[in-house]
Amino acid sequence: MATINRVLIQADDCKGCGFCVEACPVNVLDFADNLNVMGYRPAHYKGEGCTGCGTCFYTCPETSAITVIRNVDGLETGHCSHCNKTVKQIPDYRDSDKKICIECLNPC
Amino acid sequence: MKTTILQKPASFYDEFVLKGGSQLKSTHYCPGCGHGILHKLIAEAISDFNIQDRTVLISPVGCSVFAYYYFDVGNIQAAHGRAPAVATGYKRANPDSIMISYQGDGDLAAIGTNEILHAANRGEQMTVFFVNNAIYGMTGGQMAPTTLIGQKSTTTPRGRTLQNEGYPMKMAEIIAILEAPVYVERVMLTDAKNIARTRKAVRKALKIQIDKKGFSFVEVLSACPTGWKMTPVNSKKWMTDVLSKHFELGVKKDISEDREPVIVMHPEPHFKEYHELLDIKSLADKITDVKLPALKPILDEVKIAGFGGQGVLSMGYALANIAMGHNYQVSWLPSYGPEMRGGTANCSVKVSDQRIGSPIIDNPTVLVAMNKPSLIRFEEDVQPGGIILYDSGLIDTPPTRKDVTVIGIQATEEADKLGSRKIANMIMLGAYAKSSGYLLENYILQALPLIIKNKAFHEMNDKAFKLGMRLAK
Repeated sequence: MATINRVLIQADDCKGCGFCVEACPVNVLDFADNLNVMGYRPAHYKGEGCTGCGTCFYTCPETSAITVIRNVDGLETGHCSHCNKTVKQIPDYRDSDKKICIECLNPC
Repeated sequence: MKTTILQKPASFYDEFVLKGGSQLKSTHYCPGCGHGILHKLIAEAISDFNIQDRTVLISPVGCSVFAYYYFDVGNIQAAHGRAPAVATGYKRANPDSIMISYQGDGDLAAIGTNEILHAANRGEQMTVFFVNNAIYGMTGGQMAPTTLIGQKSTTTPRGRTLQNEGYPMKMAEIIAILEAPVYVERVMLTDAKNIARTRKAVRKALKIQIDKKGFSFVEVLSACPTGWKMTPVNSKKWMTDVLSKHFELGVKKDISEDREPVIVMHPEPHFKEYHELLDIKSLADKITDVKLPALKPILDEVKIAGFGGQGVLSMGYALANIAMGHNYQVSWLPSYGPEMRGGTANCSVKVSDQRIGSPIIDNPTVLVAMNKPSLIRFEEDVQPGGIILYDSGLIDTPPTRKDVTVIGIQATEEADKLGSRKIANMIMLGAYAKSSGYLLENYILQALPLIIKNKAFHEMNDKAFKLGMRLAK
């Protein structure tokens, strides 16, 4: 069964401090193989096992690097112009009329 | 199962345009800095309590000086340590605002100790987040008041010692022993449990202010991996193992249950009351038989200068009172200082038919110079087309300005002949009244005894004023 919770990491906003990797109670976070645009090695979601506890979100010192979704299945789907496919979307936190793609984290 | 999303709170700007650069979504803080975590907790609380449109966050001096890059609320950046003073003023002028004073340890516990203690002692309605990282982070890791004994910094390279630097300041405990603060807690930004406690404390402190219960203070132990020269993960370990052993966590004071909401009253100023308090209602009440002329559109800026004892300040005081009796707006700003003890003295009087914004005068329209140093000091400042009244008996070098009206009066000598050198100022007042032309002579003659109350001078003042009027012709 696919995991219903997800952690989204904006790799280019991450400074690689490692707080989330250390804090994750189920060890589903590690560091990416590549460096991001700032030259840090960003945190990376292993792909499954997230429980949606939010620990990584609250330990992260950056404002927008981590987003946590509990129950992805409840999200609406729509077309993302960046990924060019049908994806799950979350509401844009500042403008409820707009949607953000949970795959690429860009506004659709 | 309900879908929940934990994401960037809406109280942050979407893009940090003020920060500039190419990375408009990331903060300027170092990796692992505690500021970002606390920012997020505060922003989340602001959004959840729906107070974004009335919150004012005061940034300190320190790395978080740029907190206004991130928070989409009202922002003020205060001088080092002065955030509680600024918050006090803002809150009193706008009682419905939510004031957040965000301060570091160098800011709050060193240069701003005075401000925070008195704001706390007054029980100002504000929330203070005190970020304690035991070091001066922004300036490069110098010793702070909260640096631990033995902790190395750039200014204590062998470690802080008791003999030289004393004990680290425990601000939460110091604030907690005051009577006014409602809620004081120390928390720490390390693991999930402690961050959850911090989140709770942040929300409680803000709720206390929203409920108008008074002053709340949250000390947040926060990592500075750069200043401590540790990795972010090791810095958290050090906080758990060392820092929190000295700065004990927990609630230091909480009387929020017992405290009733404090509604601060801000009565509208009533001019009559002020007039009574300052004893300046007498002119308007006592002189009723003189028909006052209509107000002229003027802004007279009078600088009166001389040496102590020449009656410089009392001349300005009399002039301001008389002009106020004529229904003009006035200000009188004496220069108090060592000159009160016999050196040079001066005062500034503004008279206008409009409300006066500032009592300070840079370029007077009228200069009354009673001695030579005063003339030298202020002559160049007089506005073109203005008037210089000077004591030509005492000043042997007349003003050289050609673009002003210069009137020389031997005020001190004439005053001597009338019986006292002390009334030279009244001669000058007469000369001013004559040359400016908007004050009524018979009104002033009635007013002078009411202003200068010493009876021995009443008759002399009368003569001196009339003489001044004549001499200014």
